[in-house]
Parts: sequence; C-alpha cells; structure tokens
Amino acid sequence: MQRISPPWEIERSLAVKAEEETSPRFGHKPEERPIEDYMQFGIINLDKPAGPSSHEVTAWVKRILSLKRAGHGGTLEA
Amino acid sequence: MRRRSRGNPKVTGVLPTALEEATKIVQALLLAGKEYVCVMKLHSQMPEDQIKAVLDEFQGTIYQRPPVRASVKRRLRIRKIYYVNFLEMDERNVLFKVGCEAGTYIRKLCYDIGEVLGCGAHMQELRRTRVGPFIEDEGIVTLHDVSYMFAQWRETSDENLLRRFIYPMEKSLGLIPKIFVRDSAVDALCHGAHLAAPGVLSLDTKIKPNDAVAILTQKGEAVALSKALTSTEKILKMDHGFVAKTQRVLMPRGVYPRMWRSGP
Repeated sequence: MQRISPPWEIERSLAVKAEEETSPRFGHKPEERPIEDYMQFGIINLDKPAGPSSHEVTAWVKRILSLKRAGHGGTLEA
Repeated sequence: MRRRSRGNPKVTGVLPTALEEATKIVQALLLAGKEYVCVMKLHSQMPEDQIKAVLDEFQGTIYQRPPVRASVKRRLRIRKIYYVNFLEMDERNVLFKVGCEAGTYIRKLCYDIGEVLGCGAHMQELRRTRVGPFIEDEGIVTLHDVSYMFAQWRETSDENLLRRFIYPMEKSLGLIPKIFVRDSAVDALCHGAHLAAPGVLSLDTKIKPNDAVAILTQKGEAVALSKALTSTEKILKMDHGFVAKTQRVLMPRGVYPRMWRSGP
C-alpha cells in the first residue's frame, strides 16, 4: 500500500499578502499573557494514568486547579 | 446513542486537557492525528517475519467497524493509517507503534491484525504518544505533578510554576494551517463574521478549499477555527470576498477594538 504522510510531517511556510504592524495596545503574545489570562487560555499535556477514564481524569484536573471548566482533546480509550 | 464507561486499566498517555476558555479549542485536537505504542497479545505464537508483513499491510487506507463498546454508530468507516512500525516481540507479545487518523480504534486494529495473521490477537496495553502537536516527550505532566506545582504556586505565588506546566492554548494549533489577520479584522471575527480577503496579512502554504484553518492575530493569539473557502494561491491574489468561514470563535469579544460598522 502507498504511504500516507502523517500531518506532523507536512511542511508549510508562510506566504505574505500584506504588511502591517500590530498595536501593542491590544492583546498579548500567548506566552506573555498575565497569569490569570494565561490560565484561562491554557492547556496541559497530561499523562493519563491507567485506571480512570479520560472523563474522570479531566474532572480531577478541574478540581485540583479549582476551575469552572475543563475539557480533554480526544478520549483516550481502546 | 448508547454511552458506556470508557474506563480501561491498561490505557495511558497523552491526554491534552484544556482549562476554562481554552476548552473551545479541543475541537481542533479531536480531529488531529494520533500516535500510539501498543502491546498486542497473539493467541498463538507466530514467526516474526509474518507478523511484520501483516503489520505492513495495515498501512494506508483501512476499513474499520467500531468495536461493540464504542460511542459512535457501528458502521464501516475508512481510516488512514500513516505507519505501523514493529518494535519488538517476546513470545506472544508484540510491541508496535502506529500513527493514525483521529477515530481509529486500536483495540479493533489488534483484533483485525489477529484475524489476518490467522492466530487471533487482542490489545493488551496501549500508550498514546501523540495527539496532534502534543507529544509524550515534551512537557508531559502527571496528575501528581499538576497538583504539586499548583500547591507550590499557592504557597509561593511564583507564577513560573504555572507557566512551566500549562501551555498557551495556541499550542494546540501547531499542525493546523494558519491565517494571520490585521488588528482591524479581529473583533468582527470574534462576533462570528467570516474572514474577508482584505483582512489577511499572511498565511500558510498548501491550504486547500475546505481545509480546517486557524485564524490568528499577528501576536499569535488564536481568534477562531475556520474552514478555508479557497486555496493559498487564490487567497494571495484576492482583493475582496470571503476566504474562510468562521466555525468556532476562540477569542472573547472586545480584546481588539471594534472597527466595523453595523448596518443602517
């Protein structure tokens, strides 16, 4: 069978259409957000332990970090 | 639709967990490619070269019927398997690595490999090593790490403790083609408007119509998840008209100034 490249092997580059500066008055670079915002827009690369379901693990993260909301990217099951 | 408990004692690994406002971005990860390392148990011993040959056959496009215990409709689905690499074996246990499209069931893959081999097989242990841009070798933390670092932060107020294990949600967009827009286009997008050509400053190459794309500010902040309406080449030449349809707004309204006018 022919090999299909995984998405993580596709190389892209940036093509410029127009130039313009961004104003420092609005927003922040993601890494430079004030800590409250940084958490609000944060994501954790969590190592799911054996045993509990993805859903349960996410609920634990929510409780540990006293969050209102948490969600996982792709249920990890068989 | 039936839903059942998904608890499985032998399944571990990369589970990106989004906090608060970032939960909107997990949609991008659900569709992302995954990689797993799997221990498959054969029901009788088989020669190594035969196993390798059968694993090779599963590379490419496969048909897969979701397992009985699945939360999706059990109709035949087509999935892309990017690679299946044999790693090692010990008697009836075979260790292999598989890179695959979202929605591929590895338990079922093992079962099907067993059928083709003729001996039967089942999934013994599974570890996910990648979800899109999130990989096992980079910044992965356990629940224990999370709880420890959070407690340390509460004690010391050293915010670097949090920044060490929490990524900006934009990390999730690592493998998705991107379109960067003018400050003046941002707030309209946050209100759900589609992206028009004049708002585009730069974009990734190789975008095709209907591709999932991410719209970002020049500072690199995620604005929205969208669907490209045309290709990179065409977008570069367009001076008016829509280039991407907004599907999920990620940035709250009002972060950037409102530069657009509502109707009369």
